[in-house]
This record gives sequence, C-alpha cells and structure tokens, in this order.
Amino acid sequence: MSGVILSIKDLQVSYGGIEAVKGVSFDVHEGEIVTLIGANGAGKSSTLRSIVGLVRPRAGQIVFDGEDITGQDTTNIVKKGITLVPEGRRIFPDLTVLENLKVGAYMRRDRLDEDIEWVYSLFPRLRERSWQAGGTLSGGEQQMLAVGRALMSRPKLLMMDEPSLGLAPIIVRDIFSIINEIRKRGVTILLIEQNANMALQTADTGYVLETGRITISGTGAELLSNEAVQAAYLGT
Amino acid sequence: MELFDKLLPYLLSGISVGGQYALIAVGYTMVYGILRLINFAHGDVFMVAGLMMVYVSTWAPLYVAIPLVILLTVLLGFVIERVAYKPLRRAPRMSVMISAIGVSYLLQNLALYVTGGLNKNYPTIPWISDTVSVFGATTKMVTLVTPVLTFLLVVLLVQLINHTKIGMAMRAVARDFETSSLMGIKINNVISITFIIGSFLAAIGSMLFFTNYPGVTPTVGAMPGLKAFVAAVFGGIGSIPGAVIGAFIIGICENIIKGLDTLLTTFGVIQQPLGLSTFADAFTFVLLIVILVFKPTGLFGEKATDKV
Ligand SMILES: Nc1ncnc2c1ncn2[C@@H]1O[C@H](COP(=O)(O)OP(=O)(O)O)[C@@H](O)[C@H]1O
Ligand SMILES: [Mg+2]
Repeated sequence: MSGVILSIKDLQVSYGGIEAVKGVSFDVHEGEIVTLIGANGAGKSSTLRSIVGLVRPRAGQIVFDGEDITGQDTTNIVKKGITLVPEGRRIFPDLTVLENLKVGAYMRRDRLDEDIEWVYSLFPRLRERSWQAGGTLSGGEQQMLAVGRALMSRPKLLMMDEPSLGLAPIIVRDIFSIINEIRKRGVTILLIEQNANMALQTADTGYVLETGRITISGTGAELLSNEAVQAAYLGT
Repeated sequence: MELFDKLLPYLLSGISVGGQYALIAVGYTMVYGILRLINFAHGDVFMVAGLMMVYVSTWAPLYVAIPLVILLTVLLGFVIERVAYKPLRRAPRMSVMISAIGVSYLLQNLALYVTGGLNKNYPTIPWISDTVSVFGATTKMVTLVTPVLTFLLVVLLVQLINHTKIGMAMRAVARDFETSSLMGIKINNVISITFIIGSFLAAIGSMLFFTNYPGVTPTVGAMPGLKAFVAAVFGGIGSIPGAVIGAFIIGICENIIKGLDTLLTTFGVIQQPLGLSTFADAFTFVLLIVILVFKPTGLFGEKATDKV
C-alpha cells in the first residue's frame, strides 16, 4: 500500500462543555477512498472541520503530507492541498456557476481552462448552466457544483461531508460514480456519510464513528458484511 | 420655463450634494454588505479627511495635499478596521456596533482637541471652485464635477466587483465567511480592501463637499454621514446602485424643499415665506421611517437572508 497522506492521532473536539469528538485516530493512504460513517451527531462533521481548520481541536494531532497542520489557519491548510465539500453544499448563490468554479481555484495563478473543461465533462449539466446563478440550481446540481468547485483547487485530498444528503437516489448514484472517477485522477478521498450503503460500496476503508469514538473499522466490504453495521446503519 | 429657471439652482445643488452623499453611502453599504455592520465612524472619517486637508494644505501644495489626504484617509479606514473591528470578528454584532460608536466619538473628540472646536476654513481647490453659469444659473464648477465623478467612480467600482478576481472574492465573502476561507480567500484582506475603498470614496466626497461648505468642525461629518446612511438604507443596504440612487434622491428632494418657499411664493401659491426650508433635514428622516415601515429591505435590498 502507498504512503499515508493524512494521519489523525487522538483527535478531540469540544464545544464549550460538549465533547463532540473524544479521541479519534485513523490514517488515510494516498489514492484511497476512506469513509467515516455514523449517525447524526456522532462527530463526523466536527472531525472534518477540525482537519481543515474551521474548528480548533482541543487535543490531538493532524499530520498531512508529513507536516503537522493542527490548529493552522484554514487558508494555509487549503493551500497545502486539502479541500472540503461542506455539509449543505454552501454554493455561493449570487455567483454564476462558472464563477463558483473559478472561486474554487482562487489560490491558483495558472490557467483554469483545462480544469473547468474537466469539471464540465464530469458534470455536463453544469456546462449548460454555466451563466446561471448558483442559487438557481437544484439540490443535485448544487452538489455537483460543490464537488466541481472543490476539484478546481487541484486538491491532493478531497473531503466530502454527506454529499448524498437530501438527494434523490439516482443523483446519489451519479455522485458516487463520479467519486470513483475522481479517484482515478489520483485524488485521495475522505467521505463522511449517514447513507452507509453507497459509501461502504465505494470505499476501500471504512470507520464507524459513534458518539465521538471509532468503534468498528475495516475494508468497505468487511463493514458491509459486519452484523453490527448492518443492524445499525444498513437497515437490514 | 419660469418654473425651470427657478427650480434649476436647487436641482443643480441637489444633484451635486446627492453625488457627495453617494460617495459616502457606498462606504456604508459595502461595509454592511460584508460585515453586516453599520459603520458609525464612517461620517467621522469623512470629517477627518476634511480636517486633514485643512492642515496638510497649510504646508503642502495642493497637488501634494490631495493625494496625501486621500492616502491618509485610506490608512485611517484600514487602521480603524484592524484595531476596532477585527478583534471582534467572533463577537456578537452588537459589540462591533458599540465599538463603531466608540470610534466615532474618539474621532470627534480628537478633532475637537486639535481644532479647539473652531470652524476651520477649507482650502480653495482651483478649477472646481470656479464659478460657472448653467442655463443662467450661477454655480461652482464642483456642482457639475460631482455627479460626473461620482458616476465614473461608481461604474469603476461596479466593474471591479463584477469582473475582477478580488471583486469575486468580495462577493463570496459577503455571502459566507467560512466557505470563502475554504476557497483559500483571506477574509481579513478582503474586509480591509472594503474599508480602503469606502475610505477612498469618502475622501473624494469630502473634497467635493467642503469646497461648497463653510468649513470643517468636529461634528460636521454627522449630518452628511447620517444622510448617506439613510440613502444606503433607502436603496437597500448592501446594494451599491441602491445607495447611489438613494443618495441622489435624498440630495435632490432636500434641496427642492430648501427652495420650496421661493418656488411657492413665485407662483402665488402662498403669499409669504413659511420657512419650509427648516424641514429639509427632517425630510430625510421621514423618508427613513416611511421606508422602514413599507419596504424595510429598501429599493434594491436583498431579502432577509441573514448570513450564517
Ligand atoms: N458549533 C457547535 N456548537 C455546539 N455544539 C456543536 C457544534 N457543532 C456540533 N456540535 C455538537 O457536536 C456533536 C457532533 O456534531 P457533528 O460533528 O456535527 O456530528 P455529525 O456530523 O456526525 O452529525 C453534536 O452533539 C452537535 O450537537
Ligand atoms: Mg454533520
């Protein structure tokens, strides 16, 4: 297996008195798709948000590409090659689709044509809506735009916070097939989901997060066949 | 035709004052758009710009004084933001507002200290102080220059916001700090640029305004500041075209009210002057109340989509 690109050691996050993440450790290898599944409130978003510096962890260490990035500014972390597709997509509603893509490449100074072309080929619906304001897109299109926008920074690690939330099953399937497509480009993916089924089918490695702790881990296939996972997250 | 002749001088000064309000109003509306803060100190920055011109022009020729005062005003706006607002980024909005009121009084007190409360005569800027005659009405060149310059600056600004990378960042930050920082945008730089633009326009506005005004006093920024603020609310706070249109409407209405007595007596509507010009300032605030009651979001205001 190739090298570790992201390593989380004993991560703890708390909000005032509430402990949201209580000592989480895991590694993400280069080129892998890793998923963190768990119920609402398990601490999934808090984990991703602390990796990208939107919340300051109370304790623990985050190492990316061999460098300790714990507690650094978001803009610095993003510059090193991590990007987050945030929960709820957070498209800029009054920027056009094309501007939303360009703003995703804000830190870059080189030409963007090829990348825009790539994103449009992944999501042809975005090309048709290039001049439309982001806020006028449907939920599924906004999710595509959020993923496209994240890709524009040419990330080494793409993190996604519940990309399937609130979307129709057909669109969810689309999004997951595109996640596979993105991985083929050598982008490492860390995905968190409540929709465990699709996530585990796509992922190489999975972790189950329960009330701020990792309780089960294994390959995607192992978790899919795990009885506890089936009972709690797969509804079978 | 007689109506036109009588109305013209008031219309001209209305358009001129409107342009000056517009240059101040843009600063209010941009800062509100990005920070959701009513920058109470903005009118005082305008006053300080006037005062700095008074002092700088005593030792420097105008071709040095004008750019220097613009630069110093921009610096003042930048420093105010860094010192008084930036440390409160995560604080409740009310705290920032109180900080803004504090800065406003601080600037007024400093001005009082420096001037001793005396009225300071503004230097005469050549050319724009020249007298010209327009369709028989005599006025200063500044009356004609103001609307043109205002229009140019606002068009430039709108181009900057809609068609440059930094403008795109400003629009993104105005919507969503957190997601903007995920894009690698340095929020604090974008906010600083907003204050720099606002102060730059206020400095230009002060040069135009004081050229036609008796002098600079520590509280002279309050009224134009307030009017510009009402203009921004009227146009829909956060909207630049809204603020500009609002400012022109207020400037023109206010000056027509100032001329109402003359107009009405000329046409025999009333026999003697009623002193209606007293209500010129009150008009602005009546307008504010009317907007807040009937269309709280103003002419071009966004719907109540509060920033998360
Ligand atoms: N900004 C916040 N302030 C206070 N509590 C929070 C905040 N964000 C999350 N929490 C709490 O932390 C816990 C974990 O939340 P989160 O990380 O969002 O979980 P998940 O993404 O798995 O649903 C929850 O109990 C949630 O209420
Ligand atoms: Mg979440």
